[in-house]
Amino acid sequence: MATQTNDAAGQAADAAPGMPQLDFSTFGNQIFWLVVTLVAIYLILDRIALPRIAEVLAERQDRITGDIAAAEDLKAQALAAEEAYNKALAEARTEAQTIVAKAKADMQVELEAAIAKADVEIAAKTAVSEKAIAEIRAGALDSVSLVATETATAVVAAIGGSADADAISAAVTEQMKG
Amino acid sequence: MASEAQGEETGLVFHPMEQFVVKPLFGGDTVMWYTPTNVTLWMALTVLAVFALLVLGTSRRAMIPSRMQSVGELAYGFIYRMIEDVAGKDGVKYFPYIMTLFMFIVFSNFLGLLPMAFTTTSHIAVTGVLAMAVFLTVTILGFVKHGLGFLGVFWISSAPLVLRPVLALIEVISYFVRPLSHSIRLAGNMMAGHAVIKVFAAFAAVLAISPFAIVAITAIYALEVLVAFIQAYVFAILTCVYLKDALHPHH
Repeated sequence: MATQTNDAAGQAADAAPGMPQLDFSTFGNQIFWLVVTLVAIYLILDRIALPRIAEVLAERQDRITGDIAAAEDLKAQALAAEEAYNKALAEARTEAQTIVAKAKADMQVELEAAIAKADVEIAAKTAVSEKAIAEIRAGALDSVSLVATETATAVVAAIGGSADADAISAAVTEQMKG
Repeated sequence: MASEAQGEETGLVFHPMEQFVVKPLFGGDTVMWYTPTNVTLWMALTVLAVFALLVLGTSRRAMIPSRMQSVGELAYGFIYRMIEDVAGKDGVKYFPYIMTLFMFIVFSNFLGLLPMAFTTTSHIAVTGVLAMAVFLTVTILGFVKHGLGFLGVFWISSAPLVLRPVLALIEVISYFVRPLSHSIRLAGNMMAGHAVIKVFAAFAAVLAISPFAIVAITAIYALEVLVAFIQAYVFAILTCVYLKDALHPHH
């Protein structure tokens, strides 16, 4: 065992029985390549990768903020449009109401005028009719006294008396008054 | 050695640590500091993976990201927000450094989970350098920014006056243990998981227990996938915490 370890010391890593991590003869090599690697990675990251990714992320952030702003703008526009629409609607409604009210008033006025005209006409027609009725009535009274006189004369003659014309008409008039 | 020889007779061969051996890529035994080794190979693959995700993945700069770009952006946002939340707004300028650490560790960990792979982060030499780099940077930064006022990080002004010297001593000790725990936590987690998988893999050669061993490997592999990410996350967030101490040493 002891001789082997002595030999192993000469052969460096191959025969190290324990941990190759503690084989100090390879440390220089590892550290050298590590430094080279770290410098390479640092240069790749610092010169190319990180600025590029930062740029992409910033661009995307800008785009997102821009899009959000645009969306808010559009939303505001839509709200304004809706408001304008509502306002126009309300205006139209009030206008319609005034038109309706005006039309109603006009119609009322016309109606009243027509009614008044009709009343006048009716009154005139009534007057005419009443006059006609009065005439008819007067005519009828005359006829009645005539018929009554004739009937009375005929009745008297039939009884056998000779009737005095004046007496008969006086009697008829007397009766008619009563 | 003796136990291994015995194991070979019964079919049980344990070489759980062999996967961690640093070997030259193109033959030979000597590992000089510049020799291209499996460390070089897997670190290069890490760089390629980082490049593929964060550069090729985002090459289209799409407004609506592809999957690759999404993952890249997620990683970016994840670390960026972590720094902002933990270290504060003024920590953000150290974002590229912490991102470098995180991307290196996370890809090393995940690449190390491939069969036959070499896990660079399982080596204390690697994690030690990372941790020392963080420790030294943070300490120097603290003194540069606040001068001797940085020592206020050890003086807990919200504690009762009597306790403060005691707490200061504890704080100083814990401050200097930081690089040790920071590095060993990562390397230890990586090494232990991979070694356990290897042990179960050796058991899989024995017919009677191989079904159990395979189920166990699967389960531990799933756990290791989780650990691979969590350890990278922990390393990054602790770096942020240390950075916060350097930027705002007064509690």
